[in-house]
Amino acid sequence: MHKVGVLALQGASKRHAEALAALGACPVEVRTPEDLADIEGIILPGGESTTMSKLLDLAGLFEPLADRLREGMPAFGTCAGMILLSARILDGRADQRCFGVLDVDVRRNAFGRQVDSFEAEVAVDRLPGGGFPAVFIRAPVIERVGEEVEVLSSVDGLPVLCRQGPVLAAAFHPELSDDLRLHQLFLED
Amino acid sequence: MKRGLAEMLKGGVIMDVVDVEQAKIAEDAGAVAVMALERVPADIRRDGGVARMSDPAMIEAIQAAVTIPVMAKARIGHFAEAQVLEALQVDYIDESEVLTPADEAHHIDKWPFTVPFVCGATNLGEALRRISEGAAMIRSKGEAGTGNIVEAVRHLRSILGDIRRLTQADSAERYAWAKQLQAPIDLVAEVADLGALPVPMFCAGGIATPADASLVMQLGAEAVFVGSGIFKSSDPEAMARAVVEATAHFKDAQIVAKVSRGLGEAMRGAEIAGLETRLAERGW
Repeated sequence: MHKVGVLALQGASKRHAEALAALGACPVEVRTPEDLADIEGIILPGGESTTMSKLLDLAGLFEPLADRLREGMPAFGTCAGMILLSARILDGRADQRCFGVLDVDVRRNAFGRQVDSFEAEVAVDRLPGGGFPAVFIRAPVIERVGEEVEVLSSVDGLPVLCRQGPVLAAAFHPELSDDLRLHQLFLED
Repeated sequence: MKRGLAEMLKGGVIMDVVDVEQAKIAEDAGAVAVMALERVPADIRRDGGVARMSDPAMIEAIQAAVTIPVMAKARIGHFAEAQVLEALQVDYIDESEVLTPADEAHHIDKWPFTVPFVCGATNLGEALRRISEGAAMIRSKGEAGTGNIVEAVRHLRSILGDIRRLTQADSAERYAWAKQLQAPIDLVAEVADLGALPVPMFCAGGIATPADASLVMQLGAEAVFVGSGIFKSSDPEAMARAVVEATAHFKDAQIVAKVSRGLGEAMRGAEIAGLETRLAERGW
């Protein structure tokens, strides 16, 4: 993948774009349906999932992006981005939407408020180079994992990194560490 | 990690709310966080008296009502109020000039706290002093409660202009900058190398319209705080939604134009020269 979109309506999009550029890819900020035209994959960053859901609707971007994702465009969601990719949000707002291309149920902020945010080195299956420095900020928890979903990493028995076909999702924030291996994994797949 | 939450708020709007109903309106409109306080700055100006930390019961009610982060304000230097807010598990503490200062020489030592702090600044030196005390986010102060953007623009331009000039300084000149800014040399050097503050910089104080939000975002703010501007307008729901959209699409004048239509009256606003109290002058 070369041209990779980063959803830039709200959240930590810049850090993702920097990571992609450092790996030689060409990041494209996505704010409107027109921005989807050339991209081969997309990153949905951390931020507020309720805000992003609302802005996706207001910008007329939800349906066109949902179509691309259903057609199999690769996607990498982190934290709020993972919530957007999920099949079901257990404690979301009534008007909050998700794309349903990752067959998991998530609970928002389930690790607690900001004072409960934490950093941990997590073991990731088949990722060379040892554990990954994971930053969890008001992180969501995956409470159900579908049969087709592969769990790549867990913390205290809770899945925090998983994959289903072209979709990769993390409950934590790889863009806040200097470790580019998960972005590399996404670009390679 | 303390700085991480500020990363997640980027490109968003943080709204002042005084009760559960306003907090729900803010969340419905797409706010990334709410600031729980007893009176919005425009009312603090009007009513006078000492402005203090909010009632914990009110903060807890708002925490229970919304799923987005909840921030609250402590008085400058009032570390005991900050300890109470941390005990309440607010997501961010704003050590704010909008409240009446508790200490005229010292700000809170923010390093011992688990909860991250945001502090206001009018210039680069003030911003770096707050960061040296442990602030995880800076907001340009503007002049809260006026609905007048001129001070926010002044402060943003001062901070970002000095950062641009500082990046041109040679190694000897950095020491002179540190003296002039009254800021630690290691932070001055870090800013010179980065070409940016080491923490996110948001904008506050005077944003009253979608175009105001677009203006400060284009000047270099990474997100906006809107205090009186939402709930002192004639149609808060519409204004809140419009400011959220304009902040997300700040570079797209077509969208800012679209969302600016038919919003009713923005807050009335005030000339800076006519103010009795300049809140931005509080902070040392």
